[in-house]
Amino acid sequence: MATAAEEALPKGRPAKARPVRPKLGRDDLIMRAFMVVIALYLVVALALPLYAMLSKSFSTFRFDLTAYEFQVSDEQGSFAVPPVSAAALNEELQAVPPENLATNGDGRLPATSFFPDFSFRSPVMYRIRATGDDASYLIGSERFAGSRWQEVDSNDFRRVMLRPVRDIGLANYATYFSTPSLFRSVENSLIISVISTVITVLLAFGFAYALNRSCMPFKGVFRLIAMAPILVPSLLPGIALVYLFGNQGMLKAFLLGESIYGPIGIVIGSVFFTFPHAMIIITTALAISDARLYEAAECLKASRWKTFWTVTVPGARYGLISAAFVVFNLVITDFGLPKVIGGQFNMLAVDIYKQVIGQQNFEMGAVVSVVLLFPAVLAFTVDRIVQKRQVAALSARSVPYQPKPKPRFDALAFVYCSLIAVFILGLLGVCQFAALIKFWPYDLSLSLKNYAFDLMDGGGWDSYYNSIRMAFLTAIFGTLVVFIGAYMVEKTRGFESGRSLFQLLAMLPMAIPGMVLGLAYIFFFNDPRNPLNALYGTLAILVVCTVTHFYTVSHLTAMTALKQMDREFESVAASLKQPFYKLFRVVTVPVCLPTILDISIYLFVNAMTTVSAVVFLYSPTTTLASVAVLNMDDAGDIAPAAAMGMMIFYTNAGARILHLIVSKGVLRRTQAWRFR
Amino acid sequence: MSSYLRIRDLHKKFGDFTALRNVSLDVEEGEFVCFLGPSGCGKTTLLRAIAGLDLQTHGSIEQAGRDISTLPIAERDFGIVFQSYALFPNLTIERNIAFGLENSGRPRAEIARRVTELLDLVGLADQREKYPAQLSGGQQQRIALARAIATSPGLLLLDEPLSALDAKVRVHLRHQIKELQRKLGVTTVMVTHDQEEALSMADRIVVMNHGVIEQIGTPTEIYREPRSLFVADFIGETNQLHATLSAPGCFTLGRTCLQGMTDGLAPGQPIIVTIRPEDIIPHAPGSQPAGSERGLLDVTVGEMEFLGSFWRSRLTGAALGGEQLYADFSINAVRRLSLDEGADLTIELPASRLIAFPAGEDHGHRG
Amino acid sequence: MTFRSICLTAAAASLLIAAAAKAETELTVYTAVEAEDLKRYAETFNKDHPDIKINWVRDSTGVVTAKLLAEKNNPQADVVWGLAATSLLLLKTEGMLEAYAPKGVEMLDKKFVDNSAPPAWVGMDAWVAAVCFNTVEAEKLGLPAPKSWKDLTNPVYAGHVIMPNPNSSGTGFLDVSSWLQLFGEKDGWAYMDGLHQNIARYTHSGSAPCKLAASGEIPIGISFAFRGAKSKAEGAPIDIIVPEEGVGWDMEATAIVAGTSKLDAAKTLVDWSISKTANEMYNTGYAVVAMPGIAKPVEFFPDNLIEKMIDNDFEFAANNRAAILQEWQRRYDSKSEPKG
Repeated sequence: MATAAEEALPKGRPAKARPVRPKLGRDDLIMRAFMVVIALYLVVALALPLYAMLSKSFSTFRFDLTAYEFQVSDEQGSFAVPPVSAAALNEELQAVPPENLATNGDGRLPATSFFPDFSFRSPVMYRIRATGDDASYLIGSERFAGSRWQEVDSNDFRRVMLRPVRDIGLANYATYFSTPSLFRSVENSLIISVISTVITVLLAFGFAYALNRSCMPFKGVFRLIAMAPILVPSLLPGIALVYLFGNQGMLKAFLLGESIYGPIGIVIGSVFFTFPHAMIIITTALAISDARLYEAAECLKASRWKTFWTVTVPGARYGLISAAFVVFNLVITDFGLPKVIGGQFNMLAVDIYKQVIGQQNFEMGAVVSVVLLFPAVLAFTVDRIVQKRQVAALSARSVPYQPKPKPRFDALAFVYCSLIAVFILGLLGVCQFAALIKFWPYDLSLSLKNYAFDLMDGGGWDSYYNSIRMAFLTAIFGTLVVFIGAYMVEKTRGFESGRSLFQLLAMLPMAIPGMVLGLAYIFFFNDPRNPLNALYGTLAILVVCTVTHFYTVSHLTAMTALKQMDREFESVAASLKQPFYKLFRVVTVPVCLPTILDISIYLFVNAMTTVSAVVFLYSPTTTLASVAVLNMDDAGDIAPAAAMGMMIFYTNAGARILHLIVSKGVLRRTQAWRFR
Repeated sequence: MSSYLRIRDLHKKFGDFTALRNVSLDVEEGEFVCFLGPSGCGKTTLLRAIAGLDLQTHGSIEQAGRDISTLPIAERDFGIVFQSYALFPNLTIERNIAFGLENSGRPRAEIARRVTELLDLVGLADQREKYPAQLSGGQQQRIALARAIATSPGLLLLDEPLSALDAKVRVHLRHQIKELQRKLGVTTVMVTHDQEEALSMADRIVVMNHGVIEQIGTPTEIYREPRSLFVADFIGETNQLHATLSAPGCFTLGRTCLQGMTDGLAPGQPIIVTIRPEDIIPHAPGSQPAGSERGLLDVTVGEMEFLGSFWRSRLTGAALGGEQLYADFSINAVRRLSLDEGADLTIELPASRLIAFPAGEDHGHRG
Repeated sequence: MTFRSICLTAAAASLLIAAAAKAETELTVYTAVEAEDLKRYAETFNKDHPDIKINWVRDSTGVVTAKLLAEKNNPQADVVWGLAATSLLLLKTEGMLEAYAPKGVEMLDKKFVDNSAPPAWVGMDAWVAAVCFNTVEAEKLGLPAPKSWKDLTNPVYAGHVIMPNPNSSGTGFLDVSSWLQLFGEKDGWAYMDGLHQNIARYTHSGSAPCKLAASGEIPIGISFAFRGAKSKAEGAPIDIIVPEEGVGWDMEATAIVAGTSKLDAAKTLVDWSISKTANEMYNTGYAVVAMPGIAKPVEFFPDNLIEKMIDNDFEFAANNRAAILQEWQRRYDSKSEPKG
């Protein structure tokens, strides 16, 4: 029968025109499987939580008046009048305007609203029932639902409260944009971010310029000092500023009566923690500029000032723009610093925390998160475009600039860099000093009492050990996932659509602020219907969250290294009938080992310092040092907070040194081939 | 019996760009075939399709009677040398060569023996402990070759294997590779844009342009009997003269009538006639060598350029109808005929070396 | 082997198994009790009940409440031990608490027991608002000691007062709800309008204002008495002032989370949590405990505190919580410039 049917069909197109579909080899299948697994990881750890958060922001509560019925007795207590629905009463009385029917999950509407002549001394009796499925009401603190009548006297009727039902809509957004105290934060966040960005980029440009273009001494030391802020949580400068400029601050007079709690504190702290990021980017941009342009300018007898504006600045423009957007993004999404030093000055990231932790208003937290996504995604997109341009500019071969000694300029550069170094070391030093003081400012004797973390909020010493454990796991698991993911996406043959989807997923985390990611995780993983619910409250979810939060930079680093590998290695191995994983083990991993180590230390350091994403996710057994800093500061234990912050600093510094030693040792063993 | 490698109607599209169009080709067992053409002509695409690196859009490939059109790389039977060599930088020479021998059930001693044999074959027995970066480009190339043939594949694919080397090494390696190929008898396909390489190494050359095969033939066929103006122009050097076909085998250049190879062209058609500089035979001015009366032209010598083993001379004259010719004259001929700039000369254009193509298309086919 | 010995062995084995099973009971207990007290609580409890292990989940009142609400459909806690009654009332209205009358509940002051029968929660101790006043800093700034809540609106204190944000802090909320109860709705908000003019900033945590006052960061911190007594004991130059109008308070209370799989152990814990031993234990930090006649004076605790405690209407506080917080946020949270 089948043959008959086939024969009945008209002849199709000639065989040659039929597109060829490849048969997949074992390697192809395994590689695609790996890629799919890691893509699934990103979907589960990123896309689905974000979706859960987005839908939460549309989840609203309102009072459903059609779902309640009342019946009122006469003064003798007999119910002669027919029951009437709350909606009908409201129609008649206009007691509750429609906009007041929208509320949050904690909303309550007194039943007496619909009875203007209610008096609790009246002998009148009331009956109430809920006719809708979800509708419920309270009598006192007792919750009732269902269509059975409940009868109460007048005195108790004043204790009857209607509860809201769930709904879907834009009401949360409407509330957000019509509540000035919330909406104001958008403006605050933008202003602070712009000011911090301008200051940081200018300062970092000067620093990078001095490093690149002068012959001042101690360049290496300066570079090292400038990198130090990366090793501490962003809220640590806030603590230092309290000790310097707080009401009992050592240098309070310098503020001329202004308070450090607020914009001033946030800006100074932001400059501190974003400085190294800006400096690295600008240094790279300055390092690639072409010495020949300077020779040409010199030949044309251009003044130094003119050369600076016509050669230096345009040459570094992509670096400057990129640095600006990176700093902007860091500041606007940072939560720890404004939390510690922001006082009453609200910023978006802090609002998310306040809404969720303070008011248990998860829906509004989700709304603020969505609002915060806009500037973050925008800054990220601009940065990516600019980065691409810079890479294009970089590929053109140029001659590196070699500075010549210019005594006056070098001295100026040295003084400038020293000032920046004093700023950075000063803030760190203040923290360490504060941690060792017994009771600032009344008892200045030295003591280790502030290290008795077990007596404070935040989880004690356990949180420190948890952090180290979490950072280790993040470094190991993260490096594994990131590197394998990057390898598969770079080296898989064909499967273009899958690979571009993967690339998109891998780039996404950078645009997602940590607070938003953490909140999204609550919505997604804390849902009992989610089979991954068991992860909630474990160290594993902290690791997953941190890996995802810092995925993009690690991924890009891995991709850069893998792109430098000959594209044909895989082809050669396949033609020699060797599986790709042998090649991966024998060639790819050993050759990329320096990069792999770089990724793992990057993940380690960030896992130690991150606050924003994990602040929603830690559990009593998985408290973290960085969150402990926040919580101890929050409870007023500022000195122990500083002590813990410095513990993080020393740990990260130690990890860096260890990384350096290990790298050197490993390099000597595995990278012998690099040296002729 | 069918040929070793049978390619039928291969098409390859990259988006809107057609990289291969209707390519059909047979390669015999043990043959050395070169794909030759300018960059972007599709030669590398064709090689990569054979290897399974970039799958064709449609069309079929058979190797040794087996349809390999859609097989993954690992299930095909070839060794490959890339332009970059793709030597594993962190493995020693020895381990690079042994890479394909491992995991194949061979005992360790046999692998070592085979590696030694291969190192001897490429003449680098003393380098086995070194890393690729410690070798010269030519040495690296030979290691890549040794690695590719280590598993004795049925087909050897070479993708511009010599282009990264300097001229002297290149010439030397040409001979080595050719010799090795002959010794092993392995069917070999090499991609190159260097015609000298193709002419000196290949048993047959496949000239490609714009994704189609222009001509397949032995080096002499390709050189002496180009089947298109493109081939004539791309291989070696050639003079191009605009002319009109007056009768089959006969065309008019200026006011001179010449005989040449004009198969398949219609009378009255504007044509381009080609002749290679070394095919122009010089005679003393006014002489009439027997049997060549229809192919004689009187010309004047313009500039002369000494190129080592011969003189290249620019020839002009009324007989050329405003066109000019370049001719290569041996040092002997120059001395014999006392040629110098401004001298008069009679040249003979042998009918068998004058090949006509339709004018107007730069890659028009004859016949 | 005789039948007897088999029986004995079996009995012994089952006893062992039972003991092992009992020893393995672990309770997840959510709490907002100060971190430094938790160890003591667990140790004292384990003296009587070594077979139940307590896994503490400790955070500030707001966070623990948020956590419990977030886990409404998937409760992680077995017992809540030491959370504000206002919060427990909130949980009760969500139907999240298992009603249970613990043994000896009749011995407690009625104020400290939920009014449903059986009660959804039982109180432990009262936690009373107070003002921490740094005498050293006040003298430097020439500030007089405030005597009443109303005094704090005096312009001399402008920028010298810190209080917890009621949105995040239980202490902050009890302050606000007590003012609304003391002064009435309209005057209460008017009072807060005045106070707001003097507030330097609102902190996230309830103990922070007193700690900040203790360290001289601010002269006046509105916090709670227990924290003030502790800071004073640590040597901070502070006085604990009880405003004369009366002070708001909340109680720390205990409840079983509905749906726990370890109901027996949870009941054991709640029974113990209202025992005399437990009440004596609470007395170490809190001057007012649920069982009458137990409390002994606490060092540095202000003497007149107990008589100044207002007659707190927890139902009012719980049922109006959302509305109060919304109003508070509308009025005071939009402060864009901090006060110097």
